[in-house]
Amino acid sequence: MAALHEFLTSLFGAATPTIWIVLQIVAIVLPLMAVVAYLTYAERKIIGFMQVRIGPDRVGYWGLLQPIADALKLLVKEIIIPTGADKALFLLAPILSIVPALAAWAVIPFSDTLILADVNAGLLYAMAVSSLGVYGIILAGWASNSKYAFLGSMRSAAQLISYEVAMGMALITVLMVSNSLNLADIVRAQGEGIFASHGVSFFSWNWLPLLPMFVVYLVSGVAETNRAPFDMAEGESEIVAGFHVEYSGMAFAIFFLAEYANMILVSALTATLFLGGWLSPVSFLPDGLFWLLAKISALLFFFLWIRATFPRYRYDQVMRLGWKVFIPLCLVWIVVVGCWMMSPWNIWK
Amino acid sequence: MAELRNFTLNFGPQHPAAHGVLRLVLELDGEVVVRADPHIGLLHRATEKLAEHRTWLQSVPYMDRLDYVSMMCNEHAYCMAIEKLLGIEPPLRARYIRTMFDEITRILNHLLSLGTHALDVGAMTMVLYTFREREDLLDAYEAVSGARMHAAYYRPGGVYRDLPDRMPQYRQSKWKDAATVDALNAARQGSLLDYLEDFTNRFPTCLDEYETLLTDNRIWKQRLVGIGVVSPERARALGFSGPMLRGSGVEWDLRKKQPYAAYDRVDFDIPVGSEGDSYDRYLVRMAEMRQSTRIVRQCIDWLRANPGPVMTDNAKVAPPSREAMKSNMEELIHHFKLFTEGMHVPQGEAYAAVEHPKGEFGIYLVSDGANKPYRLKIRAPGFVHLSAMDEMARGHMIADVVTIIGSQDIVFGEIDR
Repeated sequence: MAALHEFLTSLFGAATPTIWIVLQIVAIVLPLMAVVAYLTYAERKIIGFMQVRIGPDRVGYWGLLQPIADALKLLVKEIIIPTGADKALFLLAPILSIVPALAAWAVIPFSDTLILADVNAGLLYAMAVSSLGVYGIILAGWASNSKYAFLGSMRSAAQLISYEVAMGMALITVLMVSNSLNLADIVRAQGEGIFASHGVSFFSWNWLPLLPMFVVYLVSGVAETNRAPFDMAEGESEIVAGFHVEYSGMAFAIFFLAEYANMILVSALTATLFLGGWLSPVSFLPDGLFWLLAKISALLFFFLWIRATFPRYRYDQVMRLGWKVFIPLCLVWIVVVGCWMMSPWNIWK
Repeated sequence: MAELRNFTLNFGPQHPAAHGVLRLVLELDGEVVVRADPHIGLLHRATEKLAEHRTWLQSVPYMDRLDYVSMMCNEHAYCMAIEKLLGIEPPLRARYIRTMFDEITRILNHLLSLGTHALDVGAMTMVLYTFREREDLLDAYEAVSGARMHAAYYRPGGVYRDLPDRMPQYRQSKWKDAATVDALNAARQGSLLDYLEDFTNRFPTCLDEYETLLTDNRIWKQRLVGIGVVSPERARALGFSGPMLRGSGVEWDLRKKQPYAAYDRVDFDIPVGSEGDSYDRYLVRMAEMRQSTRIVRQCIDWLRANPGPVMTDNAKVAPPSREAMKSNMEELIHHFKLFTEGMHVPQGEAYAAVEHPKGEFGIYLVSDGANKPYRLKIRAPGFVHLSAMDEMARGHMIADVVTIIGSQDIVFGEIDR
């Protein structure tokens, strides 16, 4: 690393810090894009097996080249812009939805030292950036000038606002117990505690003491990413494809990428905030990036699993779940955790 | 203040939940349906008119294409109407075969209905599970008639031919190795009846699996309970029949009320709902599949024990045997007449109805004594159900419209005809 840094200094001089950051961003975004592509493959394969069928197996061995074939196909397809559409906003919308999904990765700690921007307001940044994604969806629905798209974007606006609140509330308890908004510090704080000192930090992670909040966060995460059973913004059998019904070619592909990048992002945030990030569950195994990846994969599998299992909620039922169940539950749990921390049984000292 | 107008949404005819070509003009207040106006006719193929220009027998395949997920039941009503005019009764074995295949058809139809209903509500796995079982039954269709869907197996006076003694086998290929082929062929070693018996043994477990996924699923119940409620009085007044009527708690089933084929000889129950909502209709269909399995079982036992003719011996209706035709002048004439101009049906009119998987499917025939019908009228249950769409959907949300379409079990082949 140091040698590479010196080499860059000799090459670019004063511009080195910028170049260095760009290189780091590329090192995050490129693998992320590959993972997104193969997440679509994994989804098709996993759901395929759950549905007693095979999934893609024609392009390459076991269909491994399928995502690439899909990407190529979408690249060469025409991007149709409807006559009544607002052209500039129509094209801006997919960009607006993918940028936050990628930008939020800046603060995700991959390991103790591997982190692009170790900022103290990391959690706030992640929340702020990820909630920007909804603008892409609203704009897409509005700019398409289509009734189905309009309904989809209205649904998703309402849904995202409600679940943003529940998610934020769930995170308040996390930052209460870890005394920090820095994501790396939140992970480190999970490595301490009674169980961790006995060698099983698995039980010291936030998921156990904050179990209701973990569930709320995870479910809100599914809702936030517009995945089944909360996929009313897309609602295939009701409003056809919702907000992206008028999109084709690469513009559609970017929405698709954004959805999957968001899934990975929410999984990564859940892993970081509740499942101890890069920490190893037991003390005799080393910590490291692969633990984070394993946790993200497990969460992604969960996302796919529920998609294959559950029917879709109705719009008003999703709202009811958000406002009448999750938010009150979060409020109560914030008070409970507050009292717990003030009591002699505080486990987070 | 600006004038508020309702949002008009054109739902279909190209829509993933339109079950074919339903076009619904929805007037929406936000997401709430103020008016649902079904437009039909996009799959109109003029079956009734076409039948006026075909011989009696040539129209049988058109019947398959009416409700193209319950093929043999359509044929059954048509054949029964002709038999009524002719005043003939098919042999008992043919009636048992018809009963058995009517029930197989009912399972086929309900499986598709269940799968697509679940798909409409968002549970996409269901449809693949139900298609796995449908595949087995379509193989039974293929074994008797040679066609997986459009069987043309029932004939006026009986059925085309007796049940086969052996089932077609899978063969090894690039994609199926020896072990796979053996597993696929395990149930196909005996006759069609053995194959179906094996199916009736397996099928209740499959139904239990579906119920595990759906019946007590909170989301499924939230989406179905209280959606599209029809009171028993309204259901009667609207002319509902089949599971739509029974879901509202009216115990009405033509198989019991005016038994045809061999339904008076088999033992089965009529499941009825209590609330008249989509969930009750779902439960009724699930229970009906269990009852159908029971009927198929009884038919298998009877058919094993009682061999016999499957076609009437009335030579004015059914062609004579090849052997008789070669040696007998009269039989040769019958053969010639039947294969050139077809059978003649005496003057008169007749209405015959069967308990089709979707409801009362009726055929009204007028004959002027010629070799083709003077007029054919089809009473399609789905048409009646669809016309209640507005009443059922009003005040619900868009997502519920989809649930209601699913629970009405609409197929456009019969509605547009």
